[in-house]
Parts: sequence; C-alpha cells; structure tokens
Amino acid sequence: MKSAVIVFPGSNCDRDAKVALEDVTGGEVVMQWHGDADMPDVDLIVVPGGFSYGDYLRCGAIAGNSPVMREVKKRADAGTPVIGICNGFQVLTEVGLLPGILMRNANLKFVCKDVHLSVETESSVFTGKYKKGQVIRIPVAHHDGNYFADENTMKALNDDDRIAFRYVSADGKRGNGANPNGSMDDIAGILNEKRNVLGMMPHPERLVDSALGGTDGRPMFEGLLAAVS
Amino acid sequence: MSEITPEVVAEHGISEDEYAKILEILDGRAPNLTELGIFSVMWSEHCSYKSSKKWLKTLPTEGPQVICGPGENAGIVDIGDGQAAIFKMESHNHPSYIEPYQGAATGVGGILRDVFTMGARPVCNLNALRFGSPDHPKTKHLVSGVVAGIGGYGNCVGVPTVGGECEFHPSYNGNILVNAMTVGIADQDKIFYSAAAGVGNPVVYVGSKTGRDGIHGATMASAEFSEDSEEKRPTVQVGDPFTEKLLIEACLELMATDMIVAIQDMGAAGLTSSSFEMASKGGMGVELDLDHVPQREENMTAYEMMLSESQERMLMVLKPGREEEARKIFEKWELDFAVVGHLTDTGHMVLKHKGETVADLPIDPLALASPEYDRPWERTPAPAPLDANDVPAPNDPMAALETLIGTPALASKRWIWEQYDHMVMGDTLGIGRPGGADSALVRIHGTKKGLAATSDCTPRYCKANPVEGGRQVVAEAWRNITATGAKPLAITDNMNFGNPEKPEIMGQFVGCIEGMREACTALDFPVVSGNVSLYNETNGQAILPTPTIGAVGLLDDYAKAVGIGFRGEGDAIILIGETAGHLGQSLYLRELHGREDGPPPPVDLALERKNGDLVRELILSGLANACHDLADGGLLVAVAEMAMGGGIGAEIDVPSGPVPAHAWLFGEDQARYLIATNDPDAVMAKALEADVSAARVGTTGGETLTLSSGEITAISALRQKNEDWMPNFMGAA
Repeated sequence: MKSAVIVFPGSNCDRDAKVALEDVTGGEVVMQWHGDADMPDVDLIVVPGGFSYGDYLRCGAIAGNSPVMREVKKRADAGTPVIGICNGFQVLTEVGLLPGILMRNANLKFVCKDVHLSVETESSVFTGKYKKGQVIRIPVAHHDGNYFADENTMKALNDDDRIAFRYVSADGKRGNGANPNGSMDDIAGILNEKRNVLGMMPHPERLVDSALGGTDGRPMFEGLLAAVS
Repeated sequence: MSEITPEVVAEHGISEDEYAKILEILDGRAPNLTELGIFSVMWSEHCSYKSSKKWLKTLPTEGPQVICGPGENAGIVDIGDGQAAIFKMESHNHPSYIEPYQGAATGVGGILRDVFTMGARPVCNLNALRFGSPDHPKTKHLVSGVVAGIGGYGNCVGVPTVGGECEFHPSYNGNILVNAMTVGIADQDKIFYSAAAGVGNPVVYVGSKTGRDGIHGATMASAEFSEDSEEKRPTVQVGDPFTEKLLIEACLELMATDMIVAIQDMGAAGLTSSSFEMASKGGMGVELDLDHVPQREENMTAYEMMLSESQERMLMVLKPGREEEARKIFEKWELDFAVVGHLTDTGHMVLKHKGETVADLPIDPLALASPEYDRPWERTPAPAPLDANDVPAPNDPMAALETLIGTPALASKRWIWEQYDHMVMGDTLGIGRPGGADSALVRIHGTKKGLAATSDCTPRYCKANPVEGGRQVVAEAWRNITATGAKPLAITDNMNFGNPEKPEIMGQFVGCIEGMREACTALDFPVVSGNVSLYNETNGQAILPTPTIGAVGLLDDYAKAVGIGFRGEGDAIILIGETAGHLGQSLYLRELHGREDGPPPPVDLALERKNGDLVRELILSGLANACHDLADGGLLVAVAEMAMGGGIGAEIDVPSGPVPAHAWLFGEDQARYLIATNDPDAVMAKALEADVSAARVGTTGGETLTLSSGEITAISALRQKNEDWMPNFMGAA
C-alpha cells in the first residue's frame, strides 16, 4: 500500500501521519509538497492536521486553492480514498469534497484532549474494521471544529449513512459535555456521497501506539490496508 | 540627527558613569543617537547581566554530560548515540503583563528560536506561570490572555506544550511571570554556534521583515514598572507563529547542508545584539548596509532598524559563494532572504544607511566592557522556628485535604493545558502527558529513549530563606525527573527577582544562587543555560524571589518510565525518606491558617541524592508501579494525586509517634517519595541495603481514600474539588 501525505506550509501533523501509516501499513509514504501537482499513483491520500498557511483568512481557505488540491480533487473523484484530519477536514470542506463548514469552537478556546467517538457506520473503507456503535477514544486538538451544515445537507448526511463518527461519553451516550466543540448533531467526522472521502476533527494517527496512550486509531489504517490489498 | 543631551541619555537608561565610559570607548567623541541606542540595549540589564554576572559565574556549569554550557543561545547536553538535547528557559514577564496574548506568544517564539538556532528540532515546550491573587481584578484577564497566547503560538508551530506550572500569589499582582522553556534534539555533529569567522563572508538576514515593533523591549525589561507602564504597549512585539514554523523548517533544511558558518536569532535588541554577539565571539568586525534589511514599514531610520524587536528573524554568516543555494531554500519556504553585509577585520561595527555611515563602534570594548556591578546586598534574616505542635490540627484531615486540593495552588490546571496541543509530533508518552507523571515525558523520535522535562520553583521557600529555597528548587526539579525513572542531566535557570539596586533584593538573589550552587554540585546537576529577569517590581513592591528551574533527564528505555497514578489494587504504598513533620512555609499553614511564616523545610542534599538514586533504581528494576515525589501539601496531597491519577483509592496508616498526625499528613519535609509496588519485600530490602529510610504507609484499592484514624473521602469528591476551581474561577473567560 502506497500513501501520500500532503504538506502545506504550516502543516504540522504531516510527520505524525507518515509515522502512523508506515507503522500500520508497512508501505511507502510520499510527502507531497503543496506546490507540486505532479503526484505519483497512490492508494490513499492524507490531508494532515496543522495550520496550513497559518490558517490566516479562514482555516483551510488558502490551502484549498493550492495546486495540489486540484489534483487531490481529481483523484478523489476518480475513487482514491482521501482522509482529511483536523485542518485537513477544514481544507476538504473548502475545496468542496465534503459539505458544510467548521466554525470556531463553541467556547472559543483551543481544545486538546482525548474524546470518545461512536462509530456510526461500518460501511466505508475507513471504518470497516470498527463495529457500528463501538466507542473509541481518540484525541482532538483544534480551535475550529464546530461542524455546521444547512438543513438539507444534514438530512442527506443522516439519510445516506454518511456520518462516520459522533462525539459521545465513555459509555457511548450523547450530550452531557461529550461534544468538545459544539458541532451540529455531535458530528466528529463525515463521508462524501461516494464514501471514499472522510473528514474528521479527531486525530486517529495520534493513537496507533500503546506507548502514546492507546491504539484506537489503528483499525482505521488496518481497514484501508485490507481494502486496497 | 538629534542632539545627545543628558535627558536623552537618561531616557535610554544609561547612567552618568556609563555615559562617561561610552565617551572613553569612543575616544572622547559623543555618540550619535543610533550609537547611543545600541549602547543602551547592549548594556541593558537584560542583555548585559550587569547586576547578576558576578554571582551567575559561581554556578557549576560543567560535567561529563555537558557539551555546551551558558553563553550560547541555549545549553547542550549529551544524550548518547551521537545526539544532544538543547534547552533553555527564558522570561517574557513585562511584555506579558502589558499585552498578555502577544507577550506570552512571542516569549514562546523567542525561546523556540534560541533552540533551533543551534541546529535542534524543538520537541517540547514547557511554561512556568505566576499570576497575582485570583481576586485581583486583572488576574483573570491576564491568565486568559497568557494561556491563549502560549497555545496560539505553540499549537500553530506544531511543538507540543507538555508541562509546566501555574501559581497565584498577591506579590505578582502588578508583575506576572511568564517563563517559557523549549527542549530540542540535534545530532552532535550538526550543532551550530554563533561565533562569526572569515573576513568577507556574507552576513545574511532571513525570516520576517523588520518593523517598528518592540523598539526598546530589552530596556523595558530592565526597569521597574509603574502605573503608566501600559503606555509601553507599543514596545510589545507581535508574533507570527506561521512564519516561525516556516523558519524552523527552512533553517533545519539549510543546516543539513554545510553552508552555515555561524547563526544567531534576533531576540532582545534584535539586529544590534545578534550582529554584535556574532562578531564579538568571533573576534571579527562587521559592516552592514541597512538599505538591504527587509523592511515592513517605510522610512525606517537606522536607529529603528537596529533596535526593532520584530519577531521571527535570524542572522547568519554563510560560506562565500553559497548565497544563491541558500536563497533557494528560503524562497521555497516563502521567507525573506537578504545579504545585508559582510565580515571585516576592523573589529568595528560599521552601519551604512542611504550611502552614509550612520554608526561606527568598536565591538569588543562595547560588548565585553559592558558594566559589571557588585551590588550591595543584605542576607535575608532567618525566620523564627515554628513547632508543628503550635500549628492547629484540623478537625477532619480529609476536609482539610479537600480544601487544600481545591486551592489555586493545588487545583488541577487542566483548564490551561487542554488549550495546549500537548501531543503533536506524536512522541508524547501516554503517561507523560500533563499531570500524568512528575515530569513530562517525550520519546526521542525513532528510538527507545525518552526525555523527561520539568519546571519547578517554590518562591515562598525562597522568600523565607533564599539559601534553603535555592537548594530546594534544584532538588525539587531533580526529584521530578527522578520520580519518572529518568536520569537527571542538567538545568536551565530563569532567575526572576525584584530591583537589584535594593540590598535586600540583591540578598535574595545572592542567597538563592548560593543554595542552587550547593544543590547543583551535590546532585551533579549543572546549569547549562539561563536567563535573568530583574526589576520585577511595581510601585516598589517586589515579587517573591522566583528562581524557576527547568530540568531535563534521560530515559534509556521509555517503556520503563512510571507516572504518578496508582495502577492496580492491593499495591503497597511505601514512603521513601524521613518525615519530621515540617509545617513552616507549608501550604497547610498558608491555605488553612492564612499564615506565611516559619522557615522552609531544610534540604539535606546527601539525603536527596541517596533517596533519589534508590527510587530511580526501584523504578528501572520494575519494582515501582507508580511514583510521586512529595512536595506542596505533603504526603496526603501526594496520595490524593496518585489516587485521582489512577482512579484507584487507598488506605493510609497514620503512625502514632513523636510527629503529630497533621504534621505527618501535611508536612513538607524534603527528599521524600511515595512508591506503589506489588513487591514490598523487595523494595524494603533494597532500601535497607541502600541505607534509606522506607516505611509501608498504606495499600491501594477501592474508590475511596481512608485513614486508619477513620476519616474517609471518595476519589470522585476529591476529583471534583480538584477539577472545579480553575473552570469556576475563569468562568466564561
């Protein structure tokens, strides 16, 4: 399995994604510079976390207009799996690969902590190794993770089983402060219509190693490995 | 150019004696305004250490692990396998009080640059914060701004903020402390220094453009505060962490080549200080053409460019003919790159602007002949002894515990550290996250090794007895490292004090240094870098003497490290060290009885060494499942923290003996640790062998904390008290 991690000026989880992918998939990981639209054929594209272009103007806005994202969009349309994590999720909404927007956290503060997610669907290459309803623990670290979409979009996401993860408490319940950012419908991650693009605020790449506090992020990359091989 | 009147000289913080010296250096010629400005910043307390130098020189700075001690941008220690840890702590106190967000943010930016200037990739940040009383009207605003500023900068740069401390005391009401520390890792054969070399070699400016921000920041950091200090807001710099991130990547990319001769970040006193230091260390002259300095604003004067403290800038000397290769790297990262001058053999700094020579100063006399004072000092009188029997016992020790762990001093600082990305870079150990262990723990990327990093200080001890307090701050940092299983390597000291022109303040400084010197020597824990921040006074009121210690230790195998949380039911809890029940200057005395009297606990450095070495051995041999050093609040607070950390309770046997129960539970005797173990016999045998005092004081288990005297409290209740204070205090801030 060969993966590409997009590197924008200001990306800072690019190395973390590379390390996690190498660890779980054992395959080659290409670091794809933002200005370079010439990307090799890969089985997976990761748009990593960080502060692309300083997140000046609006999170992900400038990165969304970079040459490499035009290529990412083309690949996604052709069926290549794409994950946008944190800032990467913001970028994917900016380029229109995913609907909705990510607003400033409801309490206006940056938040970094482990949160619990319920896996809302098994039917994608990203979530196939989890069980629907399973509660996993994954860290978040963001200032703008407050997902918002209009009524029609929300209906489509729900009707088409495109909500991948929701924030819940450790015992799987919604509400009671389980949502760290005020996102609509407790959304933590969503899929596109073709189910080959995932955007999520939590960082699965940060928990693939028990020394770092857990391995609940591992099944995502294991699922991708199984799906492409 | 304006005339140099005595008023202009005074406005630059230069004394009459110092001005006479300037005339001497210039062979009787009066300096012009640009030159005077340069003298002013170079001889400011901040840059010259003129009050502190005499005493700093007495600290031990050497050891087999030390690669580079104080004098460079940061200190360097050997961590084996051809690698080095590079670290330093620095204050940004005055700017953070005036403009908390930008002051704190640029403090982080500055310390990061000090570390990556030397070739290291920064791997973690820490910060030690001290605010005024929680009920002071400015405190909330300052906490909110400082924390957001540290997070805003560190999170964006992508370096995890993994640890630190936060305290509140009325002495900081008008003068908060923001001390930031960065630890980086470099290959030993890729370390860069600041000494310039090679006549004719190009001097290159990279990074952000120069603006008018921060002019005279170093001078501001060298004077007392007053009511109108906020008028100094324009001297606070503005940070751009995105540019810093690019600068880190671009510099590290350049450093992987062999193009750099010398490199220095532009920190306090900006272009002046960086060019002077590089030339002075290399025994060179330098000529700069200020027309080539990238400028953000129009019509900047030479004076403004030389004194600007615009952020995210570096100065370097390259090998000749390599400019275009280097330029390509910076263009890739979309950063400014400009050849602004070259090295000469004249020993002078010559500045040209618009075709004219605007300054011509001899470097060595200016840099090396900066003033050094032997300020008069008075030894702090010893406080009257305090007998534990004269301190009232609580009706219910558990109620006292609940009060204590909900005080600003001991309450959880989760509200702060959850605003910091403490996991980015993917090497923060699960148990080494904030609050998880006595030190923050990060892996050394791609290896089995780990670094332990901590910052600590107990200012109330230093105030009561500076010498004892000085010993204690070093011993405490050493214990924090030891209690994780790591081997303590070295420290950085950030000396925050009041006005050194007052003999009693200078006495605090001298006393603390004396204690630190003894402890550093006894514990083989040398000082490799540091920073001095004096004049921390507002309207004549000094802060508590606060020599913050940042320390770094090494784990050969990070899998062996332990945290503070209990890990299993039925473990024996063993107290290492002796308990005399010392309540002088304790939190129990201050928080429950409103008293700040008595002497601080005495520090026996030989005992510290012996006890700590045993504890480390116990951890590394796998006998300890958890370990916590005993500090603020004493034994019962430590047990509570271990219980809350692991979600497992404990029963504690309070001994009947000469030490009153409340002094045993809340006394702050030094050189002590608690260990949880499932093999108490082996631990006791090892303690006996090492001639270390050890006693079983309890057993883990259940969901409550219970004393043998019958009192009981639920961990959930303790947790609530501990977690609630800070969010409640900050409210919607």
